Amino acid sequence: MPDDILLKMKNITKDFYGNQVLTGVNMELKRGHILGLVGENGAGKSTLMNILFGSTVIKETGGFTGEIELDGKICNFESPFDALDAGVGMVHQEFMLIPGFQAAENIMLNRELTQRNFWVDVFGERLSSLKNEEMIKRAQKAIDTVGVDLDAKTLVSEMPVAHKQFTEIAREIDREATKLLILDEPTAVLTESEAEIMLSVVRRLADMGISVIFISHRLKEIMQICNELVVLRDGKLVKEVPTNETNPEKISEWMVGREIGGGPAREAPVKQTEEMETVLKVRNLWVDMPGERVINVDLDIKKGEIFGIGGLAGQGKLGIPNGIMGLYPAGGKVEFQGKKIKLNNPRFALDSGMAFVSEDRRDVGLLLEEPIDWNISFTVMQTQEKYLKKILGGLIKWRDDKAIAKLAQEYIDLLEIRCTSSKQLAKELSGGNQQKVCLAKAFAVRPDLLFVSEPTRGIDVGAKQLVLDTLHEYNEKYGITIIVCSSELEELRSISDRVAIVSEGRIAGILSPTAPLKEFGALMLEA
Amino acid sequence: MMEKIKDFLEAAGWPRLIIGLFLLALFITAPFVEVNIFTSLSDVIVRFGMWGILVLAMVPMVQGGCGLNFGLPLGIIAGLLGAVTSVELQLTGLVGFFSAVLIAIPFGIGLGLLYGILLNKVKGDEMTIALYVGFSSVAFMSMMWLKLPYKSPDMIWAYGGTGLRTTISVEKFWYRALNDIWTIQIGDHFYFPTGMIIFFAFMCLLVWVFFHTKTGTAVTAAGSNPEYARASGVNVDKMRIISVILTTVLAAVGIIVYEQSFGFIQLYLGPFWMAFPAVAGILLGGASVHKATIMNVIVGTFLFQGILTMTPSVINNIIQTDMSETIRIIVSNGLILYALTRTITIKSAKVKA
Repeated sequence: MPDDILLKMKNITKDFYGNQVLTGVNMELKRGHILGLVGENGAGKSTLMNILFGSTVIKETGGFTGEIELDGKICNFESPFDALDAGVGMVHQEFMLIPGFQAAENIMLNRELTQRNFWVDVFGERLSSLKNEEMIKRAQKAIDTVGVDLDAKTLVSEMPVAHKQFTEIAREIDREATKLLILDEPTAVLTESEAEIMLSVVRRLADMGISVIFISHRLKEIMQICNELVVLRDGKLVKEVPTNETNPEKISEWMVGREIGGGPAREAPVKQTEEMETVLKVRNLWVDMPGERVINVDLDIKKGEIFGIGGLAGQGKLGIPNGIMGLYPAGGKVEFQGKKIKLNNPRFALDSGMAFVSEDRRDVGLLLEEPIDWNISFTVMQTQEKYLKKILGGLIKWRDDKAIAKLAQEYIDLLEIRCTSSKQLAKELSGGNQQKVCLAKAFAVRPDLLFVSEPTRGIDVGAKQLVLDTLHEYNEKYGITIIVCSSELEELRSISDRVAIVSEGRIAGILSPTAPLKEFGALMLEA
Repeated sequence: MMEKIKDFLEAAGWPRLIIGLFLLALFITAPFVEVNIFTSLSDVIVRFGMWGILVLAMVPMVQGGCGLNFGLPLGIIAGLLGAVTSVELQLTGLVGFFSAVLIAIPFGIGLGLLYGILLNKVKGDEMTIALYVGFSSVAFMSMMWLKLPYKSPDMIWAYGGTGLRTTISVEKFWYRALNDIWTIQIGDHFYFPTGMIIFFAFMCLLVWVFFHTKTGTAVTAAGSNPEYARASGVNVDKMRIISVILTTVLAAVGIIVYEQSFGFIQLYLGPFWMAFPAVAGILLGGASVHKATIMNVIVGTFLFQGILTMTPSVINNIIQTDMSETIRIIVSNGLILYALTRTITIKSAKVKA
C-alpha cells in the first residue's frame, strides 16, 4: 500500500560553504517501522536529521535542496517548531531537559494545561493558572506509555541517565500528533541493561504506529530492533536494505569501504616492526578527557615507525596522546626511551623529547592573536631556551626576534605555508596553513617522538596530502617516531606501519595497514 | 592617498580620533574664553606624568590574561605604605622619594602574590573579583590607618590624636622631588616636569624589556591562549601571578610619583576610585581586555588627562556652570562600557566560527 509510507526524502543535498556534506540522498520510511541510520563520523547523519527536524543551523548556512514529504504532504520546516507541529519529535544526544524541574514539568513544558483566572482577563493568556494535578496525571500517562517505572514528580537532576532519556522520549510522545521520532544515539550513555529497556521501549513505540529513525554506532542494536537500515558514507546513501537481509560484517564494509577488499593508496613499503626496538611503552593508561575517555590502554611503540590510532569519535583515541602529553588528567605507566614519564606534566613530556600536534588547532594548537613566528618558536624557546640571548650573565633572557623570524621563515619555505610574512597573525591563515604552523611548532623542538592528532581535520585535499607527505618525510629523514590519531581510516592506512583501533577506551586490536577493510570495520564496531 | 587615510583611521581607531579632535578643539577654543593655553598645556603634561605609571600598571595584567586591573587600589595601598613610612623616617628629597619606592616594592610583591593566587582561583571572573579586591582592601586599610603605629606629628591627627590623617602633606619631605629635576620653565605659565617624565619613560622601558624576555613572552602567551601555553610546558598560573605582582608593584610606584607631584598623600578613601581613570585611560589608548601595549598607555593617558584638564577650564568658561565632573564621569565610564562590550562581540563571533 503506497499510503503506508510516512516519510519520503528525495534528493537531499546540502553543502556547508562549498563543503559537500550530503549528495542526493533518497530514503523512505514506513509507518510503524524503525529505520536504523548508520555511518562513520562525518558521513552526514546529523546533518540529514537536522534537515528533517528543521534545525536553524541548516537555514543559517544556506538551506538545502531536495524535497521532504511527510504523510503525503510536502513540508519545508522553517524551524523545529514547525517540525514539532507536523509530528516530528527528536531526542538529542545531549539532554535537553531542565534539571531543576520535575519530569512532569519537563514533559509538559510549553504545552501546560491551563485554566483561566481573573488575571487572564487583565493581562492576557500568559497569566493563566496551571492545572498541576492534571499535568502530572498526563505526564504519568506518557511515561507509562514508554513503559518504565518512573514517578512523574521526580526531579530531573535526581534521575539516573537512563530515566532522563526516557523523560525525553515521554515528552516527544506526549504530543498527540507525533508520528515520527528521531533518536540520536539514545543508547550511547546507557549501561547495557538500560539499553535493553530502551530498545524495548522503542520497539513498543513502533508497535503503536510511531515511526522511528534510530541512530546508533552499535550495530548489534540496529540488527536487533530495526526493520530497515540506511548506510551513509561521505554524504551519499550507500545502501538501504531490510535488516534481516544483511549482517554486521557487511554493514561495516559499507560504512568504511571505498572499494571493498581493495588496498589503500600507499607508496612507501610497510616497515616490519617485530624486530624493532620499543621506544614507548604504555601500560594501563587511563585518561579523563571529556568525550574521549581512555579506560585501559597498553601499547608498545617501536622506534622509527609511524603508528596509527583509529576508531570512531568518542571512543578515546584522542585521549591517548592528550593523556601522555599531560594535557588531561591521566594515570598508569608510561615509559619513553627507558625513562618513566611523569603524567599530568606537559613540561616533563616535552623535556623528555616528545611533542604533540593537538587536534584542537584553535584552542590548544595556536596563539591566534600572535604572529606566525611566535607560534612556531614559543615551545622550543620555553622548553629548550633556544632563540634567547643571555644578557648580564644570563640574568636577562632576551628574546632574539631576529633568530625567531629566521626560524619561522625556514619552516614557511619548507612547508609552503602561504602567508604575507612571518609576522602575519595566525588567525588570518587558512585551516591548512594553520595546521602547517602547528606542525612547524612541533618539528622545531626536534622531538624523538611526535604525536599528531587529526592532522588533516578541516583542511582541503591538497593541504591534506602535503601534511601527510611532510609527516612521512620527517619519519624517513630524521627517524622521528610518529603516532598519528585520526578519524579517517584511509589516511591512517596510507601512512602508518601499524594501525590500532580504539573502542570504548581500550585497544580493540592492532592491524597491518594492508589488512582488509572489513577487519578494521569489525574492530571499530566490536561486532 | 585614500588608502593611507583609511589605514591611519583603522590603526588609530575612531574613539581616539574623536577624543583627539575634541581635545584639539578645546585647545583652539581656550584663548577665546580667556584660558591661558600655556598653563593648560603645562597642566596636561603634569597630569600625564602623574597618571602615566598608574595606567602602565594595567599592562602586565592584561597581557597575562587577567583582564583590566580594577584592583589597582591594592597596589596603591602598597605605595601608600611606602610613602607614609618614608615620611615617618623624616627622609626628604630624592632620598625620601626613592626610599618610599623601595619600601613600597616588597609590600607590592607580597600583596600582588596573594592577589594573584586569588585571581587564579576565579578564572573568567577576574575583573569582577578585582573590583571587589580593590574596594575591600580600601575598607580594610581604612581601619588599619588608624591602628598602624606611625608616630610622626606630621601625619597623625592634630593635638596628639592617634591614627593617620586623611591627607598628609609631603611639602616638607619630597614634594616635587622628581618634577624638579631639570625642570624647564618658560615664562610664568609653562612648566615641564622633566624628571617625572623621564622616570615614567624609564618605567615604560622596564616593562618593555620585561615583555622581551623569555618570561615576558611566556606571560603574553599565557594571556593570549592559556591552553597553548600549557601545552608548551609553561606554568600558566605562575605566569599569571607574575603579571599580577608586576602590576601591583607598578601601581605602588605609580602612586608615589603621583603624590610627589600632587603634594599630598591621600589615605582612607583616597585610593577608592583611582582604578577607573586608569582603566579608562588605557582603554582610550586602544587597549582591549586581552591586549595592551605601552603605546596604548602613552596615547591613552595623554588624551584622557588632556580632556580632564581642559574641559573644566574651557567648558566652564563657556557655559558658566561646573560641568567638569559630569564630563569626566561620562567619558571614563562610557569608555569602560565601550571597551567591555567590544570584547563580548569578539567572543561571540569566535563561538560562531
